[in-house]
Amino acid sequence: MIPEIEELYQEVILDHSRRPRNFGELPEAAVLVHGDNPACGDEIYLAVKFDRDGGLEDIKFTGHGCAISQASASLMTMKLKGKSRGEAMDMLRAFHDLVTNGTSEAPKTLGDLRVMKGVRNFPQRVKCAMLAWRAVEQAFEVGAGEATVSTEPA
Amino acid sequence: VHKIAASTVDWNGLRDDFPILREQAHGYPLIYFDSAATSQKPRAVLEALRYFYEHENANVHRGLHTLSSRATEAYEKARQRVAEYIGAATADEIIFTRGTTESINLVAQAWGGKFIREGDVILLTEMEHHSNLVPWQLLADRTGARLRFVPVLDDGALDLEQIPVLLTPEVKLFAFTHISNSLGTINPVAALCAKARAVGAITLVDAAQSAGHLPMDVREVGCDFLAFSGHKMCGPTGIGVLYGRREILDSMPPWHGGGEMIVSVALEKSAFKKAPHRFEAGTPNIAGAIGLATAIDYIEGIGRAAIFEHDSQLARYAAGRLNEIPGTRVFGPAEERGALVGFVTGAAHPHDLTTFADQYGLALRGGHHCNQPLMRRFGVSGTTRASFYFYNTKEEIDRMIEILRDAVRFFS
Repeated sequence: MIPEIEELYQEVILDHSRRPRNFGELPEAAVLVHGDNPACGDEIYLAVKFDRDGGLEDIKFTGHGCAISQASASLMTMKLKGKSRGEAMDMLRAFHDLVTNGTSEAPKTLGDLRVMKGVRNFPQRVKCAMLAWRAVEQAFEVGAGEATVSTEPA
Repeated sequence: VHKIAASTVDWNGLRDDFPILREQAHGYPLIYFDSAATSQKPRAVLEALRYFYEHENANVHRGLHTLSSRATEAYEKARQRVAEYIGAATADEIIFTRGTTESINLVAQAWGGKFIREGDVILLTEMEHHSNLVPWQLLADRTGARLRFVPVLDDGALDLEQIPVLLTPEVKLFAFTHISNSLGTINPVAALCAKARAVGAITLVDAAQSAGHLPMDVREVGCDFLAFSGHKMCGPTGIGVLYGRREILDSMPPWHGGGEMIVSVALEKSAFKKAPHRFEAGTPNIAGAIGLATAIDYIEGIGRAAIFEHDSQLARYAAGRLNEIPGTRVFGPAEERGALVGFVTGAAHPHDLTTFADQYGLALRGGHHCNQPLMRRFGVSGTTRASFYFYNTKEEIDRMIEILRDAVRFFS
């Protein structure tokens, strides 16, 4: 097997894409964000419930897309549950750096998310990896109700 | 046009005419299966571009010097060559554009702007490329016209039984593709044009996927407009063609204003040239037109009938082999198909499949192929497409199947 393929599609990623965690509805969600990657057709519906301090009490998603977008969403929901808005946005920046910046070392705080590092060798796939993160960013932005976010702003 | 049987052509030898086919991708020999997006270019076309810039380059139609005469002559000869290639009555029916998209936009703006009124109907099909859909949406928004669509059946064919219901006297234009860029369906263009004519509707055929792939004569097809791109038929990018029937072109106002398209200009008002120059404002893509004419010579040297026979055999072979991979769904007609095959596998998303294949030097296309409504019609967000041209081989398809089997194993 080709090393770039193995690095991109690590076993953890394939596992999360086949059996995504936190996949499903969240009836008591405060925000539902429809994230759309029109260039690929990837779609995610991210549901967020905030705790009293505005942190992420619960977070679930549904949708469909490539292995990268599905695994990224699954890993993200596991990582962000219980995090404050500030922590979540710090993590977004670190994750974006991870999948785009070829020189940086992956910070330890990212934990399991570091398996997504291989995306940096595939610039066309960065949007797939970022879709769920753009959705959670949008959820914080709007605070309540339904919203949409697209990787191709109209 | 003399017909050459596919069996007498040295197809492998033709590969030597395409320098790019010796390229490697990720250390593997390139397998280029994306010719429906853009074809590769033979050395003859590359040399024609170089020759023009080294020996003939000047602006057309205005200089009185030697080079300008050479450039003008070469440019107008290219127009003549295109006219012969598609069986147009005269070279005046050939407008050079940037490509199929611009050709269709020209019709939507110049013809549509004058002749389409509120309440008129523009008939399209569900399988149109965005370039033969969005210009009509814009026209409908501007004029209050309505759009109607011929449905696509599960096997990828147009639902021709719906034509009598849809093609009513309110239909002023019927625009449809010759070959679907994601299904490979070959539409019965002559029959559709005849039906449209019977209700007085103007026809536009999107020949982007067919112009370089099969014999075609606009007077046999009976269309009013035909649009295609040079770059999908061995020519350079940035050059395309709009064929329009003479009487119709003469009835149309200009769409772009500028130099080249005028007879005389006063401060308040101008008089315009006749077609085709009326529709070619500014300095045209002179080298591109010459490159396209050279591409036509190259294609005719092989023969379009032979090319079609060769490519459709490849496409049918590919469809058959893809069906051997468990969990694979192949789109489009089982029998006759254009030089492409679209498919999905249960195991992997088109983008994962395409990324995987690319690491082995195999260029596929994954996504919606500018066919979002059609993808929705078939309940998928996208497909993977392998598209072929005469320089592709059966061995390359066998290699694709090996790579795809590996991919399916990997992602399952």
